[in-house]
Amino acid sequence: MSSTHSASRRLILQASAAAAVLGAPGLLLAQPKPVKVGLLHPVSGALAYSGGQSRLGGMMAIDEINAAGGIKSMGGAKLEAMLGDSQSRPEVGVSEVERMQQDGVSAYVGCFASGIALPATQAAAKYNTPFLIDVGVSDALVSRGLKNVFRLAPGNGKCVDDAFAGLAEVNKAAGGVAKTAVIVHEDSEFGTSTAKLLNAKLSGIGLEVKEVLPHATPTRDFTNLVLRIKAIKPDIVIMSNYQNEYVLIARTIFQQKVDLAGMFSVLGGGFNYKLVKEQPDVAQYMMDFNHWYSPRNPKAQEMRRQVEAKGGLFTFEVYCTYNSVKLYASALEAAKSADKAAVIAALEVSTWSDHFMPYGPTKFVNGQNQGGRAALLQASKTDIDVVWPNEFAGVKPVFPRPKFG
Amino acid sequence: MDPTILAAATINGLLLGGMYTLVASGLTLIYGVLHIINFAHGSMLMLAMFGVFYLLTKFGVDPYLAMVVMVPVMYVFGYALYKGVIGKLSNGKDENILLITLGLSILIENVALMLFKGDSRTISVSYSDRMIELGPTLVPLPKLISFAVALALCAALGLFMQRTDLGRAIRAVAKERVGARLVGIDVDRIFAISYGIGLATLGAAACLLMPIFYVSPTIGHVFVLVAFTVVVLGGMGSFLGAVVGGMIVGLTESFGGLYLGESLGQIGISLIFILILLLRPSGLFGARQ
Repeated sequence: MSSTHSASRRLILQASAAAAVLGAPGLLLAQPKPVKVGLLHPVSGALAYSGGQSRLGGMMAIDEINAAGGIKSMGGAKLEAMLGDSQSRPEVGVSEVERMQQDGVSAYVGCFASGIALPATQAAAKYNTPFLIDVGVSDALVSRGLKNVFRLAPGNGKCVDDAFAGLAEVNKAAGGVAKTAVIVHEDSEFGTSTAKLLNAKLSGIGLEVKEVLPHATPTRDFTNLVLRIKAIKPDIVIMSNYQNEYVLIARTIFQQKVDLAGMFSVLGGGFNYKLVKEQPDVAQYMMDFNHWYSPRNPKAQEMRRQVEAKGGLFTFEVYCTYNSVKLYASALEAAKSADKAAVIAALEVSTWSDHFMPYGPTKFVNGQNQGGRAALLQASKTDIDVVWPNEFAGVKPVFPRPKFG
Repeated sequence: MDPTILAAATINGLLLGGMYTLVASGLTLIYGVLHIINFAHGSMLMLAMFGVFYLLTKFGVDPYLAMVVMVPVMYVFGYALYKGVIGKLSNGKDENILLITLGLSILIENVALMLFKGDSRTISVSYSDRMIELGPTLVPLPKLISFAVALALCAALGLFMQRTDLGRAIRAVAKERVGARLVGIDVDRIFAISYGIGLATLGAAACLLMPIFYVSPTIGHVFVLVAFTVVVLGGMGSFLGAVVGGMIVGLTESFGGLYLGESLGQIGISLIFILILLLRPSGLFGARQ
């Protein structure tokens, strides 16, 4: 009897083990397939800092979405990051798009630089793979009829429009002290297209452009350029360039004691917390129209704390990519699938508002979010404040800035 | 054009040339002795600049005072690197050294990228923005200091090469490797010492550049092509050539920027490089082959 019992216990155990082994693949199959999100950024080369910041934001979004249970409408499918490095070069960006395509990417988020995003989006369009532009302001990105391209943040046309509205208002409030301007820009697609827009529109708000000064990236010394500005004596200088050159120009203007009513930038690459921390005297009073978070949004404040707690800086690249990944996740939720056409259709009618940018719900027209807007920021010796638009502004702008000595 | 701007551009060009001389002086020594292009020169400068940055931000060591640390550290690093890696892997072939230094530069740059991120960093010390009135222009004090030290450094290196036994041995190895070996000079040791001195000059250059410039893992690219141009222009192995070449390149860049704009201005440096290669490959002060 006992042997019979023993045999049947063994039988039950064996049967259970067999069931577990045979059933496991079934259980595995029941788990939803992860959705591969290509984070394509210049994490090496000249734009490596911004690329790294973008990647950080993208990874934070993916981790957060996965920790919250993944894409619920897809049975909790997790997002899987596919990391790409464009090495700050457009041709490498394209080859990374192709590589990720072969590895089964569902969508791309990138590319920080317009010059890289232009060919990369085109390469992705061949496969109708959704491409969410996190940072990349050239309006050409969304004006070529590519159905797969979506941009949450404003393009340079809108940024420049916002800049004009803000500049005109700030100048008017100061009694119209600024009448002339010099534009300084880096000479690739981003800086050149922004400078063209600036040049064409400044007269509309009563500012005469005295000169447009392009420069290469990298440029090692800006003394001559600044001496030219000093000789021209404009009321304001408007810059559009990347981080290193931005900092060198700002420093040289400070060193050469060029008296200006204001120093503005549109999408100034070097205008960030690091400039304030490392060069507080140089940074003080500088103004920038840029992507910025809604400063009173608790989620934004929490994320800033998280990034700073790890010794990082909460720069616009971080939260632009973060929100772009979240936008993609919202489209997955709506589409209930990672099918590329379904996601594109979901993005086209998206009214997503769970972001912390000062935009309102999304509304895409030809891939461009209509609510995307830039804010006017001003550096103090210790922080960066939003000074316009008034509904988001924390403090009033210091304009004109105090003269040297 | 306004003569005051021309005068300012001249002063600026010379000061810029001082910066280039600083970076090129070590390169010319390595180039002159080893007869190879040290592709890792830019990466080594970057490492030294990060060293200066962290000495200030973590330990409060003034960048100029940091020279006391950075020069010997870079010398030892260069010596050990040559003895431990470059010399061993090259098997005495120049083309191998070229490839090894290229590999090292890629490795160092990417490790730096991993450690320091792609971030650019600047420092602010009490004298960073102190300006000296020099004729029609204001000149930052750190640029004047770097100019003076660049000249002094090249003079010291020139004297060292001419007057000391070690300098003579280095010159002997540069001119006739086999002959030097035959008279009892330890050629491998001289190579390692030369590489060490080349990197030590970068240690000094980093201390002088940090108050003026920024540092990032890719900073080497910003300087290294110009440094090569300076060395080719001045003549490899010539410190006087490094000074004169640096000044010519600095002035070319300054006036190029002034007349052609900062976008096109730098084209002058490439033109000089090509012209020198075509017309006088040994450089202004280099020995004719």
